[in-house]
Amino acid sequence: MWQWFHKLGSPKWFFGIATRFMPWLLILGLGLLAAGIVWGLAFAPKDYLQGNSYRIIFIHVPTAFIAQSAYIMMAVAAVVTLVWRMKLADVFVKAVAPVGLVLTFLSLFTGAVWGKPTWGTWWIWDARLTSMLILLFLYGGVIALDRAINDEKSAARAVAVLVLVGVVNIPIIKYSVEWWNTLHQPATFKLTEKPSMPAEMWVPLVLSILGLYLLFGWLACLRMQTEILQREQRTKWVREMITAGRS
Amino acid sequence: MAFDSFASFIAMEGHGPYVWACYGVFFLLMAVLVLWSLRSKRAAVEACRRRFETTSDTGREAATGASATFARVNVSQD
Repeated sequence: MWQWFHKLGSPKWFFGIATRFMPWLLILGLGLLAAGIVWGLAFAPKDYLQGNSYRIIFIHVPTAFIAQSAYIMMAVAAVVTLVWRMKLADVFVKAVAPVGLVLTFLSLFTGAVWGKPTWGTWWIWDARLTSMLILLFLYGGVIALDRAINDEKSAARAVAVLVLVGVVNIPIIKYSVEWWNTLHQPATFKLTEKPSMPAEMWVPLVLSILGLYLLFGWLACLRMQTEILQREQRTKWVREMITAGRS
Repeated sequence: MAFDSFASFIAMEGHGPYVWACYGVFFLLMAVLVLWSLRSKRAAVEACRRRFETTSDTGREAATGASATFARVNVSQD
């Protein structure tokens, strides 16, 4: 068990595994995302209440969903950084934060554009929208804090603490639509219930969520490899790998 | 197909600008993110390669240029 745990923490081992999985993540991710988006845009029936504007859901929900689950993964990695000082966990946090920032921005942007024809306004200081904006600032804060501290180990610890403090925002985002009277509609999917929309609508949505998830995995691997190369450039295994032309 | 013609697909019954603006920004930002990440990995690989070409083949200490003291041991941290 512990041997496996330490192996997982080894940058060299991760680099090799990532190289092997990345083509599959990219191909499957792009394929599923394309299938979900084409199906959702051109073939899914239109919503009886919102008309065609609801087709924004096929990118709005995936970006919002992955923006939040990326933050939860970062929080898990932050615990690992603080408790076990595992280098790879800190590499993950640094690699993923910019991706989370872009996804959060996209979910806010698509939400605002969807809100205009549906609610009649681009923005409202409603609980769901405000808590999502805080998530955007948290991602920005993580990136800024990491850049502000030169020493790698102090930066890792400070960033991990910030990530853990910010994780309180995630349940607030999730339950904001139930705790407060918001303009935002409740969750599209619940694990325990059948979706309230027909299959021609929710199947493409599930496809695009899965596709974007795999694409996120690919981006995370790619960016982690970059970070590992920068940190480990003095080591023998990087030297051997680069001179052998495998990367 | 949920639409009769290509024109009605683009128009989306008046919601076209909203839908296409969202998808446009989504693809643009994702493409920028992917290209930026690919380029920074390539830059990292190139930086390593340049570093190894300018230094000798004797191992990890070569880069610092320091002549090894007899107390120094090359410990692999793999």
